[in-house]
Amino acid sequence: MSRKEKTWWWVAGIAILVYCLFPIAWIVSVSFKPPADLNSGGFLPDNATFDNYRTILTGNAKDLFRPALRNSFGICLIATAISCLLSMFAAYAIARLDFPGKKLILSTALVVAIFPVISIVTPLFNVWRQIGLYDTWLGLIIPYLSLTLPISIWTMSAFFREIPWEMEQAAQVDGATTWQAFRKVIVPLAAPGVFTTAIIAFFIAWNDFVYGISLTSTDAARPVPAALGLFSGASQFEDPTGAIAAAAVIVTIPVVVLVLLFQRRIVAGLTNGAVKG
Amino acid sequence: MASIEMRNIVKQYGDGFPAVNDVSLDIADGEFMILVGPSGCGKSTLLRMIVGLEDITSGDMMIGGKRVNDLAPRERNLSMVFQNYALYPHMTVFENIAFPLRLAKTPDDEVRRRVTEASDVLELGEHLERKPANLSGGQRQRVAMGRAIVRQAEAFLFDEPLSNLDAKLRGQMRTEISRLQRRLGITTVYVTHDQTEAMTLGDRVCVLRKGKIQQVASPRELYEQPVNLFVAGFIGSPPMNFLPATLEGGNRLSTPFGPIELEEKRAAALQGKGDVLLVGIRPEYFEDASLVDEAKRPKGSVFTARVDVTEWLGDSQFAYIPYEAPDAIRDQLRDLSRELDSEELRTQAIVSIDATSRIREGREAEFWLDSRKVHVFDPQTGENLTRDAEAGARLTEMANEDRLEQVEHAQTTGQTVGGGGGGFGDTGGGGGGGATRAGAA
Repeated sequence: MSRKEKTWWWVAGIAILVYCLFPIAWIVSVSFKPPADLNSGGFLPDNATFDNYRTILTGNAKDLFRPALRNSFGICLIATAISCLLSMFAAYAIARLDFPGKKLILSTALVVAIFPVISIVTPLFNVWRQIGLYDTWLGLIIPYLSLTLPISIWTMSAFFREIPWEMEQAAQVDGATTWQAFRKVIVPLAAPGVFTTAIIAFFIAWNDFVYGISLTSTDAARPVPAALGLFSGASQFEDPTGAIAAAAVIVTIPVVVLVLLFQRRIVAGLTNGAVKG
Repeated sequence: MASIEMRNIVKQYGDGFPAVNDVSLDIADGEFMILVGPSGCGKSTLLRMIVGLEDITSGDMMIGGKRVNDLAPRERNLSMVFQNYALYPHMTVFENIAFPLRLAKTPDDEVRRRVTEASDVLELGEHLERKPANLSGGQRQRVAMGRAIVRQAEAFLFDEPLSNLDAKLRGQMRTEISRLQRRLGITTVYVTHDQTEAMTLGDRVCVLRKGKIQQVASPRELYEQPVNLFVAGFIGSPPMNFLPATLEGGNRLSTPFGPIELEEKRAAALQGKGDVLLVGIRPEYFEDASLVDEAKRPKGSVFTARVDVTEWLGDSQFAYIPYEAPDAIRDQLRDLSRELDSEELRTQAIVSIDATSRIREGREAEFWLDSRKVHVFDPQTGENLTRDAEAGARLTEMANEDRLEQVEHAQTTGQTVGGGGGGFGDTGGGGGGGATRAGAA
């Protein structure tokens, strides 16, 4: 690469980085501003304070935020775990076995994935109220599975297809049952795929707002994105912007941590070295 | 250790295409059998049917006298080396080799002992704690073999194990496999499309074409007494030359390279087989006429031809001589070469001449051709009309005797050097696995 080309790559890279990260920097900055500072127009807060964080964690918004955080974590983790487990088996079957209706499963999954959430939320609301799932964890986990499963199946089957068939056959010749071959060879090899899928599924569930606001009414199950919408200022003349920004920063942290934690696992091509290379 | 018998094995895919068609083959206990053929001939499918990775449509697969058609791979107790090695990338070399033992719930100390033995044989000792990703191609290949030899399998199956290695390493691993097989004395089935491997490794070679067995014989018999045009063209490098010929007056064949006289006995088989025949002549049956012994000269015929290209390789020399052939024959030869995975663009004979020969490109030169060894084929059926079945059988019998002698030798030396140190010999006569490279002696 010539020097000039290199410079341009740097310039373009920085431009994209700024474009992507600026809103995040902005919200972080807002979260440190006291209410009076919100409309000052400056990027950095004039008097940085932790008041907003205090408000949502220990102050008068804590009853709204803390249960919501707990709900979000619980519901999203359970939904992710179930979705990963189910999609692992489904994807294995799709990648390995020949059965009638394979195409149908994949295309149905795609259809479900692109189905607008808003169009099923009203009937779901009614059904959930009838059968008592309204405002419960399970009442959110089930719709979250419908959001995460299709994409999980698709990504996971792509990963499974990458694993050479021979690995499994070799295990079988070595004396493994189908289940042993799956557990001892295929699952460890698919680990990067499982992590990637888990993270994607977790984000989808974590980011959901429509189900969260429509299918809950109390602290019992309300997730963070829905709770954010219900924040109010100290008085009706005061914007809750600072508190919302602080909450937004807090909910972003787990996502960032997750990615940083698992990025090596995701990137590491574990299959490398299995075959000729 | 066990014999493998196949009776009328058929593999038909969903669309009715028979990948393997009515194959019957007996592989003796301890024998090294090669399955060879161009791509798509069904050799890998056959191997996978032996190990149980492909269902058998019909026929019987017997291993050690027991019918195994309905057994899962793990119940057949065979070990296999895959073309791409199929090592488990998340395990160390030690665990890769130990994997079959772990699955069999072998106690830890025995696992360690056996893996150490196997890794000694394959000289993998220093790599045991590494992951396959950090190994070279040849080392990975050896790990795959280690996984195969670590347990007492009934037979070894190899699916083109050397095709991913570079040429030099391939030669080394070839001798290594041969040595290992002799030492362990285990029945081995080896699939390859490389005829050098087939010729050098096999006690017997099974040539397959479109799912059908063409010939099963020792490499020598295949080379000297091929059963048909396909086997003749497949075995040998450079390949056998096929020239169109017409039979004139009893035992005289007229070819583009002049007349060839055949012995009465061989000529008799050609009578009434049509106007045009194909004469098959191996490159080394030719010689620069000026370098042929006076005593040998009358045993063949001499002809003059224009040399297109010569290739001097130091120890040998090849000359390319173009010739004219009728369209029908030319098309047929082209089809044959395509089927053999090569692309012959023109009808030319490849002739091996002495490295000291002064024959040069673009000139007329005089060649001598040994007519005692030529074969004549029926162009319609491809059948070898001059095949001497008895001589062929004798060659294969000799190869079998050699094999028994070699196995005995390899195992006795293996045991003495290894001090009989309980190698792979749990089933008796397996040879001293503890002896590093003992078989090399």
